[in-house]
This record gives sequence, structure tokens and C-alpha cells, in this order.
Amino acid sequence: MSEGSSQYSSQYSVGIDLGTTNSVLSFIDVSQAPEQPREEVLAIPQLTQPGVVESLPQLPSFLYQAHEAEVATSDLNLPWGQSGLALVGHIARHLGAKTPLRLVASAKSWLCHGAVDRHADFLPLNAPEDVSKTSPLAASAAYLAHLKAAWNDRFPDQPLEQQDITLTVPASFDPAARDLTAEAARTVGLQRLTLLEEPQAALYSWVNNSGDRWRDQVQVGDIVLVVDIGGGTTDLSLVAVTESEGNLELNRVAVGDHILLGGDNMDLALAYRIKAKLEAEGKSLKPWQIQALTHGCRDAKELLLNDSGQDVVPLVVPSRGSKLMGSTLRTELTRSEVEETLVDGFFPQVAIEDHPRQQPRTALTQMGLPYAQDAGVTRHLAAFLCRQSNAAQDFFGAAQGFIKPTAVLFNGGVLKAPKLAQRLMSVLNSWLQQGGSEPARLLQGADLDLAVARGAAYYGYVRQGHGVRIRGGLASGYYVGIESAMPAVPGMPPPLQALCVAPFGMEEGSQTEPSQQEFGLVVGEPVTFRFFGSTVRREDGPGLLLDDWEDSELEELHPIQASLPSEGRQPGEVVAVRLAARVNELGTLCLEAIPRDSDQRWQVEFDVRENSA
Amino acid sequence: MDINPVMPTTIDALHLILGGLGFILLVVAVLRGGGKKAPAPDSATEPEPVAPAATPTPTPALKSNDPESALQLLGLLQQEARFVDFLQEDLTGFSDAEIGAVSRVLHEGSKKVLDQYFSLVPVRSEEEETQVTLAAGFDPAQNRVTGNVVGEPPFSGVLVHRGWKAVKADLPRLAPGHDPKVIAPAEVEL
Repeated sequence: MSEGSSQYSSQYSVGIDLGTTNSVLSFIDVSQAPEQPREEVLAIPQLTQPGVVESLPQLPSFLYQAHEAEVATSDLNLPWGQSGLALVGHIARHLGAKTPLRLVASAKSWLCHGAVDRHADFLPLNAPEDVSKTSPLAASAAYLAHLKAAWNDRFPDQPLEQQDITLTVPASFDPAARDLTAEAARTVGLQRLTLLEEPQAALYSWVNNSGDRWRDQVQVGDIVLVVDIGGGTTDLSLVAVTESEGNLELNRVAVGDHILLGGDNMDLALAYRIKAKLEAEGKSLKPWQIQALTHGCRDAKELLLNDSGQDVVPLVVPSRGSKLMGSTLRTELTRSEVEETLVDGFFPQVAIEDHPRQQPRTALTQMGLPYAQDAGVTRHLAAFLCRQSNAAQDFFGAAQGFIKPTAVLFNGGVLKAPKLAQRLMSVLNSWLQQGGSEPARLLQGADLDLAVARGAAYYGYVRQGHGVRIRGGLASGYYVGIESAMPAVPGMPPPLQALCVAPFGMEEGSQTEPSQQEFGLVVGEPVTFRFFGSTVRREDGPGLLLDDWEDSELEELHPIQASLPSEGRQPGEVVAVRLAARVNELGTLCLEAIPRDSDQRWQVEFDVRENSA
Repeated sequence: MDINPVMPTTIDALHLILGGLGFILLVVAVLRGGGKKAPAPDSATEPEPVAPAATPTPTPALKSNDPESALQLLGLLQQEARFVDFLQEDLTGFSDAEIGAVSRVLHEGSKKVLDQYFSLVPVRSEEEETQVTLAAGFDPAQNRVTGNVVGEPPFSGVLVHRGWKAVKADLPRLAPGHDPKVIAPAEVEL
């Protein structure tokens, strides 16, 4: 915990899962925490219809910019006061379903989209001018503000601002997206904050749920693969189980890329399949019918993917008008359609060498979220396991070909469907079998919907010295690009070197020595650095200068920017600075520029604000 | 149009169930109606009615029902299950298959409302069509005796219907200015 916060002790450890489609808040009373603490999930009062308030465990992460004539202000009352016209939660999703141009969705995915200015008010994307716009940051802050209000309404004597809060982020979030998440929390007054990776939170929740029995389910030498498939994203992590002084230890050794692929894609895929089927019968569908179908497919899919033995589920899309008879659309979804579309479409039986097809994006793509182009979750998994073949070599030696998980933990609503869970396990086990390994075990007792928030609340309790802690550190090493000074050769870009500024695995609370390399910064003018991350180069220490590397090893991130304020210096003066990295208590990376001639430190900004955005 | 002469098809049975379901829901709503405007977080079970023994007071006042909750429930049923649309529609001329398709909307939606806002349990746990005994002092509000009602309890008889009882009834809270008489707003697409 950061020093400033220990003035008063927090009675609750609060976990917040700020999800792409739903947000959940869970908490533990740590003032009287027993051996195995029980978390509780906060019931969040929210508008579900104009004038109607319900308390639900999930707050849909949607924001709807209502038109002033659309709802009466008297219908916007919440238990703690009136909502503005920017509505969040269930009502936002409900109204936005029929008026999408006023709806902000997937703010979290925008938060980690480096190509846009995430402080800029541009959402809803492409909305007409008179719709008021918001930024990904402000939308995330709006969800947190609602959670805070709900909490403070229930615990007026223990305001959320005074509690220790663990906020979860996807393991694949880059430093900029982590910073922005923390910034969103700070804008609503949440200061006592720690960030935790979602797959780790799911694992914490499983540890807490299993009580002492978790030690029976995993042994030293296990590599646990955490697969988290939510509504909008897929997140992968590997955790190695080791031993220290007779106690089991958990070490998060690798995280996957940010894959924008999840349950919503699956519902949509089914709806379009039905649409094609109906069109073949000569019936054309209106957009609102497709939307209703998507909704219907979500429920139907769950029925068909469990082991109920049901082969056909009827889908009925009622007419929009008050006359139901005669204009209601009836069709059905069959088990084979669901299996073909979802099981084979999203979880194809592929070989371990079969990786996602990447089509180069054309320069003229419309601005939008970088959705995964390959819907094959198993192909993404294969690529991850191959790329991370050496992830656990510090503990168990290098793996041949790909890293071989021995246990699997699932998270996310999609994997509640037994058919999908079984398929994922069978594909993984077919790879393991070919690699000559034992099949992986599925860890039992996971809570797929609420695990992240629950695990986050439990993590706050773990931080107080109870239970087992997952060791992690930075899941990626970070590099700054340096263009070599050499005579220009026509047609050849100047060769680029990469300076390692923050090594892989760098732990919370640690810092690196300032680099040997110096950079000339012009006072008063922002300087942009090319910035790279690597989840595979584990041995590079801070200060190492790379001359050459494989394309697959370093991934170029959005550029970062440093600017020296002109106080005490002449604008235009060139100052030599060195770079140092620090991982703060919050769990975010800070890069600092340190002028040679003083002790001052300037923050290097990860989120570069573009003037032209 | 032709009517299928072989009468009791599954769809008709479904109708009966649906009708009954709606009726039960309305009854439940009216039961809990009594002037409850302010949101009560947990209005668990209704108080057990006390058996009206020989009370000397001759003028028992009847409670008046506040229709607000009933209207709200109608609104919820309309929203989720198109309840009012369906009941207001003239079904003559439509085939059972068409009615069946629509009744799925009604059934799924009503079930969702029922599950979300109510917890219903049977009054009696015994199997129907089996012999049960009602001890002296049984609650007549929860157990209705019919047929050969003579003599003194304990009564022995066949359980015809298990009964239903709401152990939880919790409708969403309404904003003070909200008009529950609007069961479904008119919708105008711009």
C-alpha cells in the first residue's frame, strides 16, 4: 500500500472488476477477517428503465448519452440522487439497443487502443454532432463513479475513498492502458489503489474458494494455464507452481496478447447464421430483428451447449408493434448449427503449429477497435504456448517446442458451456499428447462470472500477509528505440537499436539505475521515442542495447513522449537526460527522464496526446 | 380456417398454464400491494394471517388495495413477455402453431419476471393425489378444505393441489414521480 494511505486503516478490502461489458464490485471485511474470508458481491442499484431502480450484482459497462427530451428528469432518480443525462448500467444498454448512436460501449477496449487519444471526447464513435461525446477515460470513470455512489450509499460511514481497492486490468494491458485505468480511478477520488491482472484475480478466487484443498489440486512443477474468455476479450496467462521453504508458491510467468474476441462475437456469429438461413427461405431481416436474434441466440446457445440432450431450441422474434400474431418471426437453432458455428468455428481442432492468420491491415481501415481477425481461440492459444515455450525455464528448464501446461483454470462466462470447455481441453490435450506429455487437468471449483472481482477483494486480504501470493512483476520487458547516428544511405532507414529500460519480471516497488545512454531533450519541446515491449526476451537487463532482434520478439507499441518543462532553463536548450524505470506500489510502470546536471525527474508519458486527434 | 377437432393439444395446455400463471402473479401483486410506495429492501414473507377466532368486533374494516404494484407488475410482464399485447389480441383466425410460437415469448418472459422478482414454493410438500392429514388448528388460509367438510379436525383427505406461496416478492423501486399507469410507452422511431 502506498504510504499516504496508512493514516487510517481500511475496514474493507474492495475488488473491482471493471469489465468490457460488465463491472462487478466485491468486498471482504478485513477488520474481522477469519481464516477463510468470505467475500460479498455488492448489489448495485441502477436504473433499468426510466423511473425504475433495481439492485443487480453486475453494472453493465455502457454509457448512454440520453437526449434531454427522451427521459423526464424525475425518472432519473437513484437512491443517492439524480443521475445526469449520461446514463450508465442496465438502462444504458437497454436504451442503447434501440438507439446505438448514443451508446458508448467497450470503453475498456478503447482504453488500450494506442492509436487514439484516450483523453479525447470521441465516443460514441461517429455519432452526430449534437450527441455529447465522452472519452474512453471519462466513460471508465463514470462506471467507477457509479460503483462508488452505490458503495457509499450502502456504507455511508466507510466511504469507498477510504478503502483499499484492487482494480483489475487485463494481463495484456500495456503500461499506458494501466496508467489510464489508474487515472480513471483517481478522477473519482479512489486513491488507495492497486492494480491486479485479471487472470491472477481468477486464480486468487479459485485459491480462496478451494480453501486449503487448493494445495491438493496443484503440485510443485505444475504449470497452470489460465484461460479467461469474457464478453469482449480473451486473456491468457501461465502460472508456475514452485516451492520455497516447504510452501507452495505461485509465479505468473507469462501473459498473452490482448485479443478482442469473446462471447459477444459468438452470439453475433449465430445470429448471422440464422439470418442467412432465413434469407435462403426468402425472409429478409430488419436490423432490429437481427439484434433481437442475437439476444435470443445467447440464451439458446447456453441450452444447446450444456449436456441437456436438447437438439433444437426455437427462437421467436416478436413483432415490434402491439400486434403479435401474424408478424412474429419464428425460427429455430439446432445443436448442429451451434456446434458448427461455435465449437468448430471458435475452437477449431488445430495443430499446435497452426497460428492465427494475420492479414495486414490496409492503411485505409476505418478508425475502430482492432478486433481479432482470426476467430479461432485455439489458434491464438497455440501461438501463445509456442511463443512462451521458455516461460518457465527459470523454474523447470526449457520446454521442447511449446510450453506444456499441466493444469487449466477457466474464467469468463463463455466457458460455462460444457461443450466449449470440453473442446478447449481436448484440443490442448491433443497437443500435449503429441508432445509426449500427460493431459492437463481442469481445476475444479472456479466461479466463472464473478471470480475476477472476488479474487481482487481476496488479493487485498492477501496483501495484508494472509494466504499465498502470486509473484508476478512486469509481464513484458520494455525498450526504447534509438536511431543510430550514421551517414544516411538513400533508400535505407537508419538502423534502429533498442535500449532495454525495464526488464521482464521487474517487481512492484523496484527501480532500475539510470541508463548509460543519454538522450538530448530540447527544453519546451516534446520528444517522442519509439517504444517496444517483449514478452519473450526474459534475460535482457536494464541498459542492454540490442542491435538486432527477430520481428516476433519485440512488438512496437505506441510511441511515448517526454517533455522538459522550461522552468529554470532556456527554451530551445538541449539537455542530456538518462532514462530510469520504476514500478510503483500501484503496479504501474513509470519511466523517468533524469537530467545529468540535476536530481529532478520528469515523467515520460505513455499516453501521447495528439493535438490533431 | 379450420379448427382441429382433436381438442387437447399441448398448446392449449400451455395456454391454461399461462393464464393461470398470469393470474397468480396478479394475485401476488395485489396481496403485497397495501400502500407500499417507499422501497423496502427486503419484504420477506407476508405475516401469517391469524385465524379469526370468535372476535366480538362486528365491523372488520377491509384493506383497500393500492394498484401501484399491480400496475408495475403488468408493466414488467408486458416488457418481458408482451403480456398485455397477447391478452388484448383476438386469437380467432390464427392457427395453434402461430399461437404456440407467440406463447413462447409469453412463457419465457413471464418466467423470467417470476424468477427475478418472486420466490415461490408449494404450500405443501406432499405429492398430489396422496393422503394428507390436517391437524387441529391448521391454517385455513394456507389449506382449503372442500367436499365432505364435517366433524372436527384432524381432517384426512386427498391433496388435490399443493398450493403456491410467495416467500419473496420484491419489485423494482420506482422513482417518486414515475407513473406506473403507463404500462408500455408508445414507441416512435425517428
